[in-house]
Amino acid sequence: MLSGMDSGAKIAIRNLYKVFGVDPQRALKALKEEGLGKPELLERYNHVLGLQDINVDVKYGEITVIMGLSGSGKSTLIRHVNRLIDPTAGEIIFEGRDILGCSNEELRKIRREQMSMVFQNFALLPHKTVAENAALALEVRGFSRDEYIPEAEKWLDRVGLQGYAASHPHQLSGGMQQRVGIARALTSNADIMLMDEAFSALDPLIRTDMQDLLLELQQELQKTILFITHDLDEALKLADHLVILKDGRIIQQDEPQTILLEPSDPYIVDFVSDINRARVLRVRSVMDEIKPTGDINIAGEIDQEENLESIITLAQGDTRKTYLVMDGTRKVGILRMETLIKSLIPTEASDDGMRSH
Amino acid sequence: MATYDQVFSTLGLESWCKSAAEASSGPVSMADLLAQNAGTDMPLPSIWELPFPSMDALHESCEAFPQSRVLTKSIENGFLGIKDELSFFLDPLTQPLSWFLEGALWLFETTPWWLMIPVLLGLVLLVSQSGKLVVFVAACLLGLAFIDYYSFAVQTLAVIFVCASLCVVIGVPIGIAMSRSDRLQRAVIPILDMLQTLPPFVYLIPLIFLFSVTEPKLYGIAIILYAIVPVVRLTDLGIRLVDKDVIEAANAFGMTERQKLIKVQIPLALPNIMAGVNQTIMMSLSMVVIASLVSAPGLGVLVLRGIRNLELGVGLVAGLGIVILAVILDRTTKLALARINTSQD
Ligand SMILES: Nc1ncnc2c1ncn2[C@@H]1O[C@H](COP(=O)(O)OP(=O)(O)O)[C@@H](O)[C@H]1O
Ligand SMILES: [Mg+2]
Repeated sequence: MLSGMDSGAKIAIRNLYKVFGVDPQRALKALKEEGLGKPELLERYNHVLGLQDINVDVKYGEITVIMGLSGSGKSTLIRHVNRLIDPTAGEIIFEGRDILGCSNEELRKIRREQMSMVFQNFALLPHKTVAENAALALEVRGFSRDEYIPEAEKWLDRVGLQGYAASHPHQLSGGMQQRVGIARALTSNADIMLMDEAFSALDPLIRTDMQDLLLELQQELQKTILFITHDLDEALKLADHLVILKDGRIIQQDEPQTILLEPSDPYIVDFVSDINRARVLRVRSVMDEIKPTGDINIAGEIDQEENLESIITLAQGDTRKTYLVMDGTRKVGILRMETLIKSLIPTEASDDGMRSH
Repeated sequence: MATYDQVFSTLGLESWCKSAAEASSGPVSMADLLAQNAGTDMPLPSIWELPFPSMDALHESCEAFPQSRVLTKSIENGFLGIKDELSFFLDPLTQPLSWFLEGALWLFETTPWWLMIPVLLGLVLLVSQSGKLVVFVAACLLGLAFIDYYSFAVQTLAVIFVCASLCVVIGVPIGIAMSRSDRLQRAVIPILDMLQTLPPFVYLIPLIFLFSVTEPKLYGIAIILYAIVPVVRLTDLGIRLVDKDVIEAANAFGMTERQKLIKVQIPLALPNIMAGVNQTIMMSLSMVVIASLVSAPGLGVLVLRGIRNLELGVGLVAGLGIVILAVILDRTTKLALARINTSQD
């Protein structure tokens, strides 16, 4: 079902199940044999189904976003990656080896050096200064104060907190506290960042700022990011790969463009219906891959990565124009404004939406 | 004839009662003697005067039946029987307490007043960071000294200093251990409840038998047992109340259990621990007064003198001195607590 999953995956989650309760193994057996859903499992076995048959590849240098409503199991899933939660069944393969086989010592080393985490409620240490908070990972690893404070200050500057190193977290606003949270993750110098609803507690304007900051940092640092959100706009803005979770089960995962154009489930159709499609869809997803023939009047050249909103602005709303689509210097197709307008109509659920890219 | 004769005869136990009566060498009570002298049998009481069938009432009808005095006596004997073994362990174990108390008393008493008072004021300033409080404490101490209560007050402080410190040294680790193990918590909480509800006089009794009244550790132990409860409880509570998100962050960044305890849990539990320390100090103070019954020195001795000799003035002024010490100790530790609280949020 999910082809090509091993190419370049930094973290591969395989057949992951999590059941909460006193005897999860027994409940899991019942779940698999009788094909129960979350409500039946709770009713008949008094166990809570957290996650069910999860397969996700988190790729090098990409932002993988997991989106779902509250209670869909997002936090549970992200906590499996650094094993804050142990699975009931399944594997989490990190750089080729199963994290579940790690000793406590190895696990600590991974958490200290290779994975960092940003939390919804910031989870800063209130009795430490901003710089000491940002330096947490280095302090834990045993670096001296003289080494870790300058490093922390460097990253605090980078996230826009110049001059706050000596403050305490409670003196900062929510947005600034989360900047400290991000600086703390960056100071650890880990390749992987796990972000659990990192921006959900922030005001909308500040949230947009933080999203831009993250994209800007990502451009520069190319971390492997697993980002959790319940906000579809945020998910579409950040995601290279989008995973949609419902009741502990993945209902679709793909490139955001594809999910928007080919939603596989009425649930997702509902979700995407009030999205500003023009802002999310890119030229490459809606163009016609044909060579322009002589009788077409080409209004200009556009890049395939541009979003439709900017093309509408470019055409000044004229629906009769046609553009030549470029990938750098290569011609890859044409875009008729007519096609563009059609693509803005919300799609019905399609059967082949689950196809992988 | 006694009330319950009928019961024993119906049960056919008369011979057993008689046989024991001949061999009887049990303790004789005053009532028995009076009854013998009177030499007359009482008439059977009416239903309204029916005595409860207690051990003593049954004994009257059947001499083989033990009196309640036998019970208390045997508990006493049992306790005295294991006393030597208990002392064998407890004596060396608690001996340092005597040394600490003697040392602290010696230090506090031999330090001249013109050195002691500034040192105490410096300590208050250090802990509370409040000039106003220092002025208040200075006025109180100088006032107490002026009316010749200085040495008693200082003795009380010395005892509290030793006992409260030991409460913290012993109580905080117990509280930490409790916070990490639900089993231990379930086992310790009933003991703490008992220590807190027992009137202090009650556990003075076995202590008096175990240790000699002349030893300082006797009152030291009494004070510590009484005052240790809040610091244990609040350490346990404080650590359990530490924000789960912060603990999760500590785990996610790979802290060891030890790092978590020292860098996260104890600092975040500190406001609660300090609240426990404050209560522990206040309870030490109240116990050091009661413990003057078992030779604890200090202001309590004067209160006791007031009661024993009906010296109303001495008792009242000593009581006032205790109130002043209480206010000083409470204010100082509360201010320290407030400082921790503001630095944490
Ligand atoms: N420790 C737990 N014990 C029992 N149920 C849990 C536990 N943690 C999470 N759950 C349940 O698992 C489901 C997913 O929770 P969570 O991962 O926190 O959701 P989300 O982060 O998407 O809001 C919820 O139904 C929640 O009640
Ligand atoms: Mg969550």
